[in-house]
Amino acid sequence: MTGAVTAEHEHDTHEEKTLGFWLYLMSDAIIFALLFMTYVVMVNNTAGGPAGRELFDVGHVFAETMVLLASSITFGFASVALVSKSKAGVLAWLIITFLLGFSFVAMEIIEFLGMIAQDAGPGRSGFLSAFFTLVGTHGLHVSLGLVWIVVMLAQVAVKGLTAPVGSRLMRLGLFWHFLDIIWIGIFSVVYLPGVL
Amino acid sequence: MLGKLSIDALPFYSWVAMGGAAVTVFGALGVFALVTWLGQWRYLWDEWLTSVDHKRIGIMYIVLALVMLLRGFVDAIMMRAQQAFALDSQGYLPPDHFDQIFSSHGTIMIFFMAMPFLTGLINIVVPQQIGARDVAFPFLNSVSLWLTAAGTGLVMASLVIGVFSTAGWTGYPPYSGIKYSPDVGVDYWIWALLVSGMGSTLTGINFAVTILKRRAPGMKLMRMPLFTWTAFCANILMIFAFPALTVACTMLALDRVLGMHFFTNDAGGNMMNYANLFWIWGHPEVYILVLPAFGVFSEVVATFSRKRLFGYHSLVYATAAIALLSFTVWLHHFFTMGSSANVNAFFGIATMVIAVPTGVKIFDWLFTMFRGRIEFSAPMYWTLGFIVTFVIGGVTGVLLALPPVDYVMHNTTFLVAHFHNMIIPGALFGYLAGYMYWFPKAFGFTLDERWGIRSFWCWIVGFYLAFMPLYVLGFMGMPRRMEQYNVPEWQPLLIVASLGAVVILLGIVCLVVQLVVSIHNRLEARDLAGDPWDGRTLEWMTSSPPAPYNFAIIPQVESRDAFIEMKRRGTAYSHPQQYTDIQMPKNAMAGVFIGGFAFLLGFAVVWHIWWLAVVALLGIFAAITGRAFNDDTEFVIPASEVEKIETERHRKLAIARKHYGHDDQTPVADPFPGGAA
Repeated sequence: MTGAVTAEHEHDTHEEKTLGFWLYLMSDAIIFALLFMTYVVMVNNTAGGPAGRELFDVGHVFAETMVLLASSITFGFASVALVSKSKAGVLAWLIITFLLGFSFVAMEIIEFLGMIAQDAGPGRSGFLSAFFTLVGTHGLHVSLGLVWIVVMLAQVAVKGLTAPVGSRLMRLGLFWHFLDIIWIGIFSVVYLPGVL
Repeated sequence: MLGKLSIDALPFYSWVAMGGAAVTVFGALGVFALVTWLGQWRYLWDEWLTSVDHKRIGIMYIVLALVMLLRGFVDAIMMRAQQAFALDSQGYLPPDHFDQIFSSHGTIMIFFMAMPFLTGLINIVVPQQIGARDVAFPFLNSVSLWLTAAGTGLVMASLVIGVFSTAGWTGYPPYSGIKYSPDVGVDYWIWALLVSGMGSTLTGINFAVTILKRRAPGMKLMRMPLFTWTAFCANILMIFAFPALTVACTMLALDRVLGMHFFTNDAGGNMMNYANLFWIWGHPEVYILVLPAFGVFSEVVATFSRKRLFGYHSLVYATAAIALLSFTVWLHHFFTMGSSANVNAFFGIATMVIAVPTGVKIFDWLFTMFRGRIEFSAPMYWTLGFIVTFVIGGVTGVLLALPPVDYVMHNTTFLVAHFHNMIIPGALFGYLAGYMYWFPKAFGFTLDERWGIRSFWCWIVGFYLAFMPLYVLGFMGMPRRMEQYNVPEWQPLLIVASLGAVVILLGIVCLVVQLVVSIHNRLEARDLAGDPWDGRTLEWMTSSPPAPYNFAIIPQVESRDAFIEMKRRGTAYSHPQQYTDIQMPKNAMAGVFIGGFAFLLGFAVVWHIWWLAVVALLGIFAAITGRAFNDDTEFVIPASEVEKIETERHRKLAIARKHYGHDDQTPVADPFPGGAA
């Protein structure tokens, strides 16, 4: 097998995997769409318990949002470093992205624990079940993204910026930015109406 | 340590349940002993379980489907027997056990018979029809298979350890909530669906990409064989419909395990949201089941009418239209929910609109046969039986699409008769036609025609006997899922229906006999040329069974029905100047491990064995990560090896040509050159 043929093969598989990953993201988007739908249907089913405007701290959530958006920018820098074949750059920006993502998840956990402490946990009402499931599913995705970042840090460190590693980083980027878009939806549909 | 699991989980509550458990346990032990006695574990592991070859994966899917067809049918005949006797009496099944049986029958037939069957056919056929060497993601394909197997394992485990759901295959809350169903049955149901549903989503992604990216040069979308088209639409539906099932089941699980209130009666739950979510998946699912069967019928009817498919374009557009419309009708499953008249009217009309593209297809198949030289082979019998029977089911469906009629008929046996009337001919007959049509491609010898036709007659006669009485019973007001009743007028019809189930049993016996007889006669029935039916599409160009790489040289496609065109021009079996190396994926163990851990995860959550759930999750993570570090997943079949395999193929082809007078220099006549479309 000549090098040219292998390279072409590599290129084809990269393209196929990108398309497959887009299809997965669209499938995942349906999951979020249905969770949003359920939240909107159940937002008033507070069953005598607290409603959103009593629970949400918009300052905290705004800070969370900024942290997550910043992590998308830093991931963008990692992608730029990948294009310019800078292994150190990729590693550095991935670590920064990881720290930002980790902060986001930590802030979300603090918010959740605070609500549970006020007897506003997911078992309190239909509204809170829908809230915790929608926001928690996003948080779970971000956490899995963090695990994926760690795996990719190891791969970049061990294997270097090979074609398969680069291809995986591209898909991780799609995943990470996708979660940002979902978060914009959560911020607009869940938190803003609660305080406006 | 073991969560809720204790010795009470063993099925000592009824003799019948113990019998079922015994059959399951001894069946599994028997298979285990047989493989050990034959000393075939290594062969099984190396050649099958860890295989990423789409043909082998397809065969394993279909084996799974056939085994589960037996299991689901046993459930069915038990229900029919119960209802035949249970006038003013208990019958032989206690109510709780009867409810488990109708729940597992539906669950098994949809998720673990129909889904694996169609996925198996798609696996075996689609890559060959589009002239590809493999699917886009061979390893993912193996993961899908083992996730499906894990889900099946959970349903089978419920037979031995604990109970299965009594909430029907749709699992409606609040009954399926923890308050009214505190035992583990619903949890088994949830996790079997979640795990296998994940596999189906991945299959959808895999084949959508395969069909879009791996077609042979020259195979434009409008040159794709109809089975590939229907498989493509079904795969798109899998990608976009299965998330709804995932969401519905996950929310139900959260209600049950974490005490949330999505679907509960109290604390702001909204149980009708479940019905919406479930059927947003459930209705497209119906088309996931029937579209590939429509594809099979399209291939069969063209091949055995010796004609080009009539109205190819209209069939493609009808398929796509059905796929789109399938997302717009879900509410017709619960007209009685109490939506406004306008909402019900919208969904009623959308439902009737779906009948239009389906009707187009029926006419296309009829016109394909019109003035064709029809050959009454076994697959053709299934096709003809389908056309006649499916139309009846379609008519009753349009009837049920009228909301006022639905208010009267819903939850009666009329509905049961209707959807069996769609799914048995519309899906199962198609799969069985596909099984008999493509069996020689998978195994290298044809199935016995006589036993196939006998099976068909038993199935179709049994079908009418079993389900026409249910229509009448529905008009008489009999609700579905009755364990006993006190209306004497129902009994004669229920006895007829149970006789129908016995006739279907004979049909299944014929299928088994067909397989045994065919294996016995396999030398006489050898398919040396790889093309036993004078096929029209590319899968008949490969040898039977195909080489691991399917095509040594990727074919150049010039037209629709590419293979028959090549035979006509005499280019079908040409020798290339020289062969080249071929890159193929290596076998992988990770798929089996991921499936195994997924089974453990489901089992652990069902029984609240949390440490085991954590272990299983870590196991899945380790398997995926380990695989992600492996960049050496392919191997090369050297050109010399390819040449050896291909020389053998051409030797067999030469024998076949001498025997049957097939000669690719002789044009194969087509009564309607150019086709009607």
